[in-house]
Amino acid sequence: MFYREAGDFKTSYVDDSQTFPIKFDRYRYYVVLVVAFGIIPFIINDYWANAILLPFLIYAIAAIGLNVLVGYCGQVSLGTGGFMAVGAYACYKLMTAFPEVSMFIHVILAGGITAAVGVLFGLPSLRIKGFYLAVATLAAQFFLVWLFNRVPWFYNYSASGQINAPERDTFGILITGPNASAWATYMFCLIFLTLSAIIARNLTRGTIGRSWMAIRDMDIAAEIIGVNPLKAKLSAFAVSSFFVGISGALFFALYLGAVEVGEAFGIQKSFLVLFMVIIGGLGSIFGSFAGAAFLVLLPVVLKVVGADMLGWPTDIVAHLNLVIVGALIIIFLVLEPHGLAQLWRVAKEKLRLWPFPH
Amino acid sequence: MMLDASEGYVTADGRQIGGVVMEMKNITLRFGGVVAIKDISFDIREGEIRAIIGPNGAGKSSMLNVISGFYVPQEGEVWYRGAPRPPMKPYEVANQGIARTFQNIALFEGMSVLDNVMTGRLNYMKTGLFAQALWMGRAEREETENRAVVERVIDFLEIQHIRKTPVARLPYGLKKRVELARALAAEPKLLLLDEPMAGMNVEEKEDMSRFILDVNDEFGTTIALIEHDMGVVMDLSDRVVVMDYGKKIGDGTPDEVRNNQEVIDAYLGVAHD
Repeated sequence: MFYREAGDFKTSYVDDSQTFPIKFDRYRYYVVLVVAFGIIPFIINDYWANAILLPFLIYAIAAIGLNVLVGYCGQVSLGTGGFMAVGAYACYKLMTAFPEVSMFIHVILAGGITAAVGVLFGLPSLRIKGFYLAVATLAAQFFLVWLFNRVPWFYNYSASGQINAPERDTFGILITGPNASAWATYMFCLIFLTLSAIIARNLTRGTIGRSWMAIRDMDIAAEIIGVNPLKAKLSAFAVSSFFVGISGALFFALYLGAVEVGEAFGIQKSFLVLFMVIIGGLGSIFGSFAGAAFLVLLPVVLKVVGADMLGWPTDIVAHLNLVIVGALIIIFLVLEPHGLAQLWRVAKEKLRLWPFPH
Repeated sequence: MMLDASEGYVTADGRQIGGVVMEMKNITLRFGGVVAIKDISFDIREGEIRAIIGPNGAGKSSMLNVISGFYVPQEGEVWYRGAPRPPMKPYEVANQGIARTFQNIALFEGMSVLDNVMTGRLNYMKTGLFAQALWMGRAEREETENRAVVERVIDFLEIQHIRKTPVARLPYGLKKRVELARALAAEPKLLLLDEPMAGMNVEEKEDMSRFILDVNDEFGTTIALIEHDMGVVMDLSDRVVVMDYGKKIGDGTPDEVRNNQEVIDAYLGVAHD
């Protein structure tokens, strides 16, 4: 009824290739931005920030990163946790070495360092693909976690082997450490998520995105029409790791505050982000948001409904969470490999014709 | 018909054909003990439609793969525009202005028709990663300029109505046309078509033949094609190479080839004593 592109004519190619070609989508996007930037910071409290909003924002960045690699370029990676750890430790070293520099710069530099490490571990992708590449990235996961555990330089020789985020500010506003206010950490993560999503979208709708997708869909044909596979694959690893590194830095510095590497960035983290991408939708920026929101909200909703309202034991609720996630993965892989994003697209297509389907 | 390397010739329908664009000199290609191509030489001239025909397994597709850099021949040289071409990666060959289509369609199924055709422009788009990430200035301008070229090709091949459709949803005949569009978007100097009419009905074949002739006529593109439909080959092409068991058994105008005894034997079969 309202959702129509009829009458919404495009008169230039620039208009036609914009992110939200349909007016209704565009306005909805502005509304979401206004709510996220203009309203939520004023009503946020510690519970909402720590239970839902911060993990959602941070995991969404990680999911965007992994989606670039798996969903757009078709290179399977199980090393996300390891790359997040690189971001976290890079950020920690930078924070302690240059305390007076703004956190913005630290987080971006941490992303850059992770990108370099990602390219290094992406080199095997030039020779191997599919399962074998997944195993190679798994090696990266275990190696990186081992490295940060065993080399004391990374955790500044602290006795516990943990890293703790010192208090740091940006533009005079405290954003890390226990005294940081909820709205400040929220805004900091939101800015990074918004920029990440815009950058990822710009890259995927342009030349480089098309060469990634060409490699994903048929690598031999891609090479014959002029895609340099070395450049395409390594740039995908670099961009992906950049986002994953940023999310790792934020996860450590703003969300957890103190990190023990095996616990925070273990193999479970790699799988969690991969599940977000699969459930949300491979090859879709919106899907990264949907998947992150879904997997962050599911345990919270289950806890509220199961444990608080129905009075079930908490361990049963926790196990139920695992069962549901596992079942959903199978269901999505079999029935809808493009995830929630595809369901959303189908719904929109139906809505365009509603209420007159013919 | 004997030809000099520098001079061209005039076709039966009066088109002037230019000098040699690509020359295969004594190409031999082996896979282990199997000899796919045995000492073959021929040339492709500017502006002509050159067909490569032969029974199944004759080595036609291997020949096309040698031209597009996918296989490196063990012996012989590929000369392109007057100079021997060193062994290259396929994407470097594409950068030199050689585009191709495939026998069994090799489109990017997850992308829209427009994006598929836009990939044909990759060699012209040089903006760096950072400019693209910000989508400002040069990146946007380059996208728009190349989109205009792509829209001309889409218009030319009459696929405007499926511009935004994902390729996976298209029927076979249209996929073939989209693949041609992708190759044309690269504005190739030499266009290689591997069985452009395979699996098509008569109408689709007529359409495709018309497009091939129009491409040659309007853009002056040199075309080398492999095809099994003899009627199509004889009508379209200016000169024909005939291969059998990896050897060249005939080369000349369609009429010369049609009357060549070796070619007739290869196609109709002949009793070996």
